[in-house]
Amino acid sequence: MATEKETIQFSDSALSKAKEIIGRYPEGKQKSALLPLLHLAQSEFDGWLSPAVMDYVASLLQIKPIEVYEVATFYTMFNLEPVGNHLLEVCRTGPCWLRGAEDIVKRIEQKLNIKVGETTADGKFTLKTVECLGSCGTAPMLQCGATFFENLSEESVEVLIEKLAKQKRSSYLRPTEINVG
Amino acid sequence: MGRQLLLEHIAVPGIETFEVYRKMGGYASVEKALKTMTPDQVTEQVKSSGLRGRGGAGFPAGMKWSFLDRKSDKPRYLVCNADESEPGTFKDRYLMEKIPHLLVEGMITSSYALGAKTSYIYIRGEYMYVLQILEKAIREAYAAGFLGKNILGTDYSLDLYVHPGAGAYICGEETALLESLEGKRGNPRLKPPFPAIAGLYASPTVVNNVETIAAVVPIVNLGGDEYAKVGVGKSTGTKLISASGHINKPGVYEIELGLPVEEFIYSDQYCGGIWKGRKLKAVVAGGSSVPILPAELILKTAKGEPRLMTYESLSEGGFISGTMLGSGGFIVMDETTCIVRNLWTFARFYHHESCGQCSPCREGTGWMEKVLHRIEHGHGQMSDIDLLVDVAKKIEGNTICPLGDAAAWPVASAIRHFREEFEYHVKFPEKVKNPKHFEIEPFVSNKQLVMA
Repeated sequence: MATEKETIQFSDSALSKAKEIIGRYPEGKQKSALLPLLHLAQSEFDGWLSPAVMDYVASLLQIKPIEVYEVATFYTMFNLEPVGNHLLEVCRTGPCWLRGAEDIVKRIEQKLNIKVGETTADGKFTLKTVECLGSCGTAPMLQCGATFFENLSEESVEVLIEKLAKQKRSSYLRPTEINVG
Repeated sequence: MGRQLLLEHIAVPGIETFEVYRKMGGYASVEKALKTMTPDQVTEQVKSSGLRGRGGAGFPAGMKWSFLDRKSDKPRYLVCNADESEPGTFKDRYLMEKIPHLLVEGMITSSYALGAKTSYIYIRGEYMYVLQILEKAIREAYAAGFLGKNILGTDYSLDLYVHPGAGAYICGEETALLESLEGKRGNPRLKPPFPAIAGLYASPTVVNNVETIAAVVPIVNLGGDEYAKVGVGKSTGTKLISASGHINKPGVYEIELGLPVEEFIYSDQYCGGIWKGRKLKAVVAGGSSVPILPAELILKTAKGEPRLMTYESLSEGGFISGTMLGSGGFIVMDETTCIVRNLWTFARFYHHESCGQCSPCREGTGWMEKVLHRIEHGHGQMSDIDLLVDVAKKIEGNTICPLGDAAAWPVASAIRHFREEFEYHVKFPEKVKNPKHFEIEPFVSNKQLVMA
C-alpha cells in the first residue's frame, strides 16, 4: 500500500496511458482528463485515492491540488479511504429492491460478519450499498471493481464471495470472469 | 413484434464486431451522408423524422440541432450522453454493449451534420466494461477509415473519444455533464446560455442521448419521412423500453411507439405478464422521476381509453391521472409491493444524488427521505403526509436543473394515488415493522380496483 513516505509514481504503462488520455482533449484543456486519470490512479494505487495520490494527479495535469480534491470528493466512485481487496457494491434502489436486494445485503452481512460500510478484518472485503447501477432488468445485482454480477440469489452471492476470496484484488478497469450460475 | 429499427440485427452472432456489423449493412448512413448529402440536408432529415430526444425530455432532436450556433468561429462539439442513471433505465447500456457500432455510426453521421471535428461519448463510470467495448469498436472504425482524417476519401475528418464519469446521476443533466467533461464537479449551469451557444469549453455544443444518436442511422438510411411513418402522431419511430420489476421477462424491448400498454405488460413478446401469477398494482412508466400510476390508470386513461406507449397517451390527464414516457424505464409492481417503501428508496436516491447547489433540492430531498423513512418504519404521524406534499411543492420549479422536479414528482404522485396506504402506515405502526409487510398480507384499498 502506498504510504506518504514512498514516492507516488505511475508505472510506465499507466504513465503512457495517462499521456494518451490527456491527448484526447484540446490544448489547454488538459483538466478534462481528470476523471479518467483518477480512475487510473485508483486502479494503480490499491483501490483508493490518498491525498498524496491526488497531489500526484494534480502535478500530471498541472492543476492545483484543490482542483483534484473538490472533484474527487464529489464523485462517489472514488474511495477516499482504504477499501478491501473486493469492494462489494450492492444496488438498493427501487427496481433492485423490488427483486430482493435487501435479502442480498443481509446475506452478505451474515456471510462476512460485517455491516454495510465495513471491511472484513482480513482486509479482503468491503461492503457498500449504492444507488441505481443501470442493471434493473437483471436485478438484484452488485458491482465488484469493473464487473457486474447480476440476477443474484442469496445462494449465488455466497458462491461469489467464496470464489472472490481466492482471488487477488478485483480490478477497477478490467472485468473478471467468475461464473456464479 | 413490431418493426425494429435499432435492434433488428441484435441477435446476429458477432454483431459487436466491425466485420459482421458492416456485412449486415452497417455504416451505410455514413456513406450516404458524406458522399451524397450536405450537413444541412442530414439535419433536415432528422427534423422531418419527428425524432424526439430519447433521454427523457422528449424535445425534438432536429430542432435542438438547428439551434447550434453555426456562425461562431469556435469549434463545434457533439457530446453523446451515455450517463444513463435514471433508476429503471438500462437500454443505452444494452445497445452499447450488444451493438456498439450502431452508436459509433450514429456519432459519425451526426457529427458530420453538426460540423463537429471532435466528439465525445460521456459514459457513466460504472459502465467501465462497456467503455472498453466502445473503445474497441472505435479502434475498428478508425482502422476501416470511418474515423480519423478524410473519412472515406472526403474532406471530412473526425476524432471520437469515450470519457468516463464517476458515479454522479446529476451528470446526466446536460450542463452538469459538460462541467464534468471539463474536469469539474457536476454542478448544473444556469441557462441561458444554452449549450447550443456556449457548451463544452464555451463552444457551440449539442448533447444527445445514446438512443437519439443511434436513431439517426435509420433516419438517414430510410429518409426522415419514411421514419416518421412508424409510430403514432408526434410519437414517431421506435423506442427502447427498459422493463424491470415484478414481470416474467425483464429486459430491453424495442417497440413501435403506439403499442398498447396492456399488450406491452401482458404479451409474451414483451414483459410476459406479472410474475408468480400475481396481480398488477402500479407502474412507473418512464424512469423513477415520472409519476407512478395505479393499475387502472396505466392500462386505461381516466376517460376509459386504452393507454398507449406514446409521449401523448402516457401524459393524457396531466399529473392528475397521467404520467410521462420519460426515458422508457418501465418499472412494474405487483400487489405485494409497499408503495411507501418503494418511494422511500427513490427519495433516498434523489437525496444521495442532489448536487447540493440549490437549497430547496439539497435540503428538501433530505427531509423527504427522513419523513418517508419514519412513516415506512412505523414512526409517522398523519400530518407527515401533507408535510411531504408541502416539501415536494417547495422543491418543484425552484431549482437550477430538473433534479428537483424529478425528486418531487414521485412523492406527489404516490400520495395522490395511494394516500390510503400512507395512512395505513400511520394507523398500524406494528404491522409495518416487518419490512416485508405487504408480502405477508397485501394491502387492500377501499377504492375499487380494476385489475386485468
